[in-house]
Amino acid sequence: MIRRFLLGAAFAVTAAVTLPVAAPVAHAQEAAAEPELLKGDWSFSGIFGTIDKASAQRGLQIYKEVCSNCHGLYEMSYRNIAALGYSEEQVKNFAAQYQVPDLNDDGAVVQRPAKPSDKFVRPFPNEKAARAANNGAYPPDLALIEKSREGGADYVYSLLQGYKTPPADVKLSDGQYYNIYFTAGGQKIGMPQPLTDGAVTFADGAPNDLKSEAHDIATFLAWAAEPEQDRRKEMGVKVMLFLIVLTGALYYAKRKIWANVH
Amino acid sequence: MAETTNIPGTGHHGEGETRRDFLVLTASALGAVGAASVVWPFIDSMNPAADTLANSSTEVDLTPVAVGQSITVVWQGKPVFIRHRTEKEIKEAGDVNVAELRDPQTDAQRVKKTEWLIVIGICTHLGCIPLGQKPSDPRGEYDGWFCPCHGSQYDSSGRIRKGPAPLNLALPPYEFKTDTSIKIG
Amino acid sequence: MTAHPSQGPVSQNKLVRWIDHRLPVFTMLKSELEEYPTPRNLNYFWNFGSLAGVVLVIMIASGIFLAMNYTPNADLAFSSVERIVRDVNYGWLLRYIHMNGASMFFIVVYIHIFRGLYYGSYKAPRELLWMLGVVILLLMMATAFMGYVLPWGQMSFWGATVITNLFSAIPKVGNYIVTLLWGGFAVDNPTLNRFFALHYLLPFVICAVVALHLVALHQHGSNNPLGIDKKGPQDWIPFHPYYTVKDAFGLSVFLLFYCFLIFFDPNFFGSPDNYIPANPLSTPASIEPEWYFLPFYAILRSLPDKLAGVLAMFGAIAVLFVLPWLDTSPVRSGKFRPKFRIFFWLLLIDAVILGVVGAHKPEGWWVLIGRLATAWYFFHFIIVLPILGKLERPLPLPTSIAQAVLKGGAATVAAGARMEKP
Repeated sequence: MIRRFLLGAAFAVTAAVTLPVAAPVAHAQEAAAEPELLKGDWSFSGIFGTIDKASAQRGLQIYKEVCSNCHGLYEMSYRNIAALGYSEEQVKNFAAQYQVPDLNDDGAVVQRPAKPSDKFVRPFPNEKAARAANNGAYPPDLALIEKSREGGADYVYSLLQGYKTPPADVKLSDGQYYNIYFTAGGQKIGMPQPLTDGAVTFADGAPNDLKSEAHDIATFLAWAAEPEQDRRKEMGVKVMLFLIVLTGALYYAKRKIWANVH
Repeated sequence: MAETTNIPGTGHHGEGETRRDFLVLTASALGAVGAASVVWPFIDSMNPAADTLANSSTEVDLTPVAVGQSITVVWQGKPVFIRHRTEKEIKEAGDVNVAELRDPQTDAQRVKKTEWLIVIGICTHLGCIPLGQKPSDPRGEYDGWFCPCHGSQYDSSGRIRKGPAPLNLALPPYEFKTDTSIKIG
Repeated sequence: MTAHPSQGPVSQNKLVRWIDHRLPVFTMLKSELEEYPTPRNLNYFWNFGSLAGVVLVIMIASGIFLAMNYTPNADLAFSSVERIVRDVNYGWLLRYIHMNGASMFFIVVYIHIFRGLYYGSYKAPRELLWMLGVVILLLMMATAFMGYVLPWGQMSFWGATVITNLFSAIPKVGNYIVTLLWGGFAVDNPTLNRFFALHYLLPFVICAVVALHLVALHQHGSNNPLGIDKKGPQDWIPFHPYYTVKDAFGLSVFLLFYCFLIFFDPNFFGSPDNYIPANPLSTPASIEPEWYFLPFYAILRSLPDKLAGVLAMFGAIAVLFVLPWLDTSPVRSGKFRPKFRIFFWLLLIDAVILGVVGAHKPEGWWVLIGRLATAWYFFHFIIVLPILGKLERPLPLPTSIAQAVLKGGAATVAAGARMEKP
């Protein structure tokens, strides 16, 4: 009996070991050269975490005033920001600040104010134009940035605070800047430092030092990458509780039914 | 415990068997609830998605539409005729004997502000788009719209007067946001 | 079918009898799912077959509803998946069910396979059952590979490029075959479109092979942890209610694991690079397949010659096909084969090592480790198993299942007893 259990347990453990080993190890290749990321204290981490909407609203403001000059947010539509606590009027007014192309009755392309149903306006019409305006570097779209980089919110948070004076042996060409967290480009990044203390002023007087700004934009981008996350986790808790009860009921049913066999 | 028969206990239900039945019943009921709650997301995924719903209403600014002019806007994929009616058209619409109409409706029932007629531009016969929006279009004998497919004719209130169509041009849900702008849907 | 003929009518219900008289579905369900004699000593490793069946159904259901919203065009695919996750009601749930279901499918099937390896479930008379299983594995791998291309992320595109390029290793016709596969001069829209068509089709082919797999299973019934045949009615119990409730319990435990992933860490098994839209002009720093392909990827890269690597990779599956004839032992279950057990564990560890190797770039120590692990894999099947079967002295087998289970395994026969051949 004990031997059977040990066999089964070892079996399952080995199976269970295969999985976590493969995934993180796969990305461990880059870990060696990488300085450890700064860890933000995220409201949305863990099973019961939720997005801090006030922080995300400030992050939207940062995006609008700073990032949107170069970075798109293409997968998002203006109507999506209603989830951050804005009213229908506020969403309409936000969208109307932007101009989008449309056809008039003669079939000519004209600009009209954006509606909530429109997607976020991109700063450049296509990748080539984006590269041409940025020394050949492409400012990536930010809607999925935290899902497409190891470290997610911590990565964005760290990167924005990672601009340092380069050591003497590092040579930067024109249009390159030194950022200790940008390992994908050997710590030479094409983006000049976008945020500094006081770069953005918040109407509610919330702190606007670099660390807080980075925290707010990283929260906003975490939401932008996964707008469904609060609902997903809430549903998950209910599902897990249900399954625990169901598993318990089935376990006892199984024991009872098998009682006369063992 | 040398149990040699394998058929689950039938017949007398002792204490142990009643508890087993209860457990099985509980587990089955829970399982059924679980299965049903899994089915709903699949079905709901077929309902209109958020981006479709976002396009479910259209706002129109009426200021550029002069008296006697008609415009066509798209709402939920369908054409909507918006006509800024002249005095003559309004009078004609009101003077009609409603009892003689195939689909009896007074003009008052069909408009919110008498100078604005807003109807869905799809012929109620077989779905063509009637002519009459442009000044050069034929408008039929009733100063409204003329459907070229089978000859249905609508009046200045969009009601069927002649031809095979059974009903008046349909009315979309709309409301005036201001005196000069409406939201359809 | 080995079911006992049922006593009396299939049901008291008149409608059921009317249908059954014309199309014996209910008789079949009763004999194959209710009365079907199953060994009484199956352990929880026997749950994984039914689990695999459940996951197959989940994948098909979630896949069909995803397909209602997905656009298989290179310019639109990535955005259509984002639209599903963001705009379609419960779209995020469908997508994460499908994405994590693929990983769960391979976890379940790999455990199912290793169960078969340990207990000798591939031995006579279950050779075809085993081979049908290997066919299912191959179909699963093809389906999963093509499915991963569909979101058209960086890994989708570059993984497709690397694997389709492999076929150029075939002498003479290699390049022609690759162009045929691509429908062009590189992985592009034509490739994506046909992968979508085939990805939709293959799961139904898998269903058909699973049906054959079950027919073959029911011919002689399940193997059991002791590896000895059933001797009499005390060795078996009807499938229902014993194994229906046990499978239901196992399913519930499985769902706990699966749902935790879906709701709390849906991207655990994935690569972040795949959230970057495919860019044919920019290769990611490291191209790696999904975790369940890593051991095969390691075997592929272990040989310096491209064609040899491809042959080795497919060879790794080919040896599984002929396994019933490679293992010469007349004893089925590893329980009575102490030397075999050691090699079994070594194989399992070897498979894990191969997976780890596959996750790393082929540089430095990883090259040597990968080569040794690949060599060991083939050594195990081609050299060890045939020789071990002949030389090993197995432990004495019990007289019957019932004896072993009910009397605590004390009753055995004299050393040298062998399993009865059919």
